[in-house]
Amino acid sequence: MATYRLRGLTVRHLAGSRAPALHALDLTIRAGEQVALIGPSGAGKTTLLSTLACAHRPAEGTLEIFGKDPWQLSGAERHHLRSRLFLAPQAPPLPPRQRVVTAVLAARLPHWSLWQALASLVRPQDPAAAHAALTRFSLGDKLYARVDRLSGGERQRCGLARLLLSNAEALLVDEPISALDPALARHTLATLRQEAQQRGATLVCSLHQVDLAREQFGRLIGLRDGRIVFDAARDDVSDAMIAELYANEQVDMPPETPHDTPGQIAVGACF
Amino acid sequence: MKDQAVLHRDPAWRTRVTWAAIFIVLLYPLLAGAEFKPWLLFDAQSLRAAGMFLLDFLVPATDPEFLAMVLRETWQTVAIATAGLTLALLVAIPATFVITERLSISRLGTGRVHPFAALVRQGLRWILMILRSVPELVWALLFVRIVGLGPTAGVLAIALSYSGMLAKVYAEILESSDAHATDVLLANGSGRLPALLYGALPDSSAELVSYTVYRWECAIRGSAVMGFVGAGGLGQRLDESTKMMAGGEVATMLIMFVLLVAAADLVSKLLRRRLG
Repeated sequence: MATYRLRGLTVRHLAGSRAPALHALDLTIRAGEQVALIGPSGAGKTTLLSTLACAHRPAEGTLEIFGKDPWQLSGAERHHLRSRLFLAPQAPPLPPRQRVVTAVLAARLPHWSLWQALASLVRPQDPAAAHAALTRFSLGDKLYARVDRLSGGERQRCGLARLLLSNAEALLVDEPISALDPALARHTLATLRQEAQQRGATLVCSLHQVDLAREQFGRLIGLRDGRIVFDAARDDVSDAMIAELYANEQVDMPPETPHDTPGQIAVGACF
Repeated sequence: MKDQAVLHRDPAWRTRVTWAAIFIVLLYPLLAGAEFKPWLLFDAQSLRAAGMFLLDFLVPATDPEFLAMVLRETWQTVAIATAGLTLALLVAIPATFVITERLSISRLGTGRVHPFAALVRQGLRWILMILRSVPELVWALLFVRIVGLGPTAGVLAIALSYSGMLAKVYAEILESSDAHATDVLLANGSGRLPALLYGALPDSSAELVSYTVYRWECAIRGSAVMGFVGAGGLGQRLDESTKMMAGGEVATMLIMFVLLVAAADLVSKLLRRRLG
């Protein structure tokens, strides 16, 4: 059974201009498949991941997750569906003053009763599991450290350790290695893939490191300006296709009058 | 140098100046309306009256029997403030969970809150607004009529008006904290309350505690004022002593208030250090 089936899916930004972020996407991801999303900044990778996590309602087209349209379900059923998906955003969602053990165990919240959640704040419910998850990212010694004592790379891996404790069937990971050095990056991606494989979960991972994406993932989806440029097996993706995906990504030269800012920004800057 | 300044003109500058001007234009009539005339404090007659009061206050009353009474009443004041605040918390904490928009699950993915949820939230906000817009002194007057003279009236008055304030400010503190952690927990299927406890609370707890202790301090002062209308505690004695023109006794009781407020300050500091 397909984990995801998208037909003509258009997704708009929720705030502001409501401009489309994704245009009529057609995409099927089978259960247990491992897919890398690549493309230039602003291509819509993050929007696609949050749409797949039911955290962003599409405007048109059909979206099926595990064979059901989440936005046809009742609110409670949809929220239950969210607990079967796991979204790991690029910025690790860890409160700075929380302890690592609490932050990692938060993955269990959808399955805990309110009483267990409260009790775990006082005395962590399953520190052994949290320690095991952290150890796989070589962070075992940070179990009882506070999040704000961690470095940027450690926080990112701590956010991924939370993923290991969820028992989601689809893992949606947004740029998991943006703060890691190359060796650690490869090890981290391998750990994620291994975890997905062991529990038979679908893995969708957005990446800026094209080389690593081609090395680690069997299927690559190239996204640009909210459209799928290619969707192919690793061996069918040529260097020319990659070059084209990122082509003309010139950085705009600074304009002549650099501080000609719109009035709205001026008001924002005031406060 | 001058050309540079013109070229890099701060786009926010004009807005800031405009707003400052608007505030001054709006505030001046307010000052005039409040009959704010500080120079009246310094004319000869006022200075003489103030001098006589101060002379009387210079020697606080220290006779042991009076001091024992003051301590007993102080204890009652603290008890009124604490009991009132505890009752207020029993109402305010659940109300906070309801009115915090950050915890809306229907908002997830659509950016819009379900109309029914928005209605419930707004309804409760109005109830809380009514609770806190009636001054605690008025609540106290009302309860003195209903339950009679004594501390019960003070406790109920504090509970009612403070539950409205606490819930409003708690919700605002939670909503002004970083939304990312809470949003991601909700997006991953956690319930509203766990998302709050694990996402927003760690970073807001110091501020929540400090506001609660500050409100406790306000409740101590508030119970003094309510004592004047017969709601028990140190305030009631303060009222009696003032009416008897016993300056020394009033001074002793005022010192007691300063000590209580200082104690509240200390508690807040210690708790904040623990949570920081």
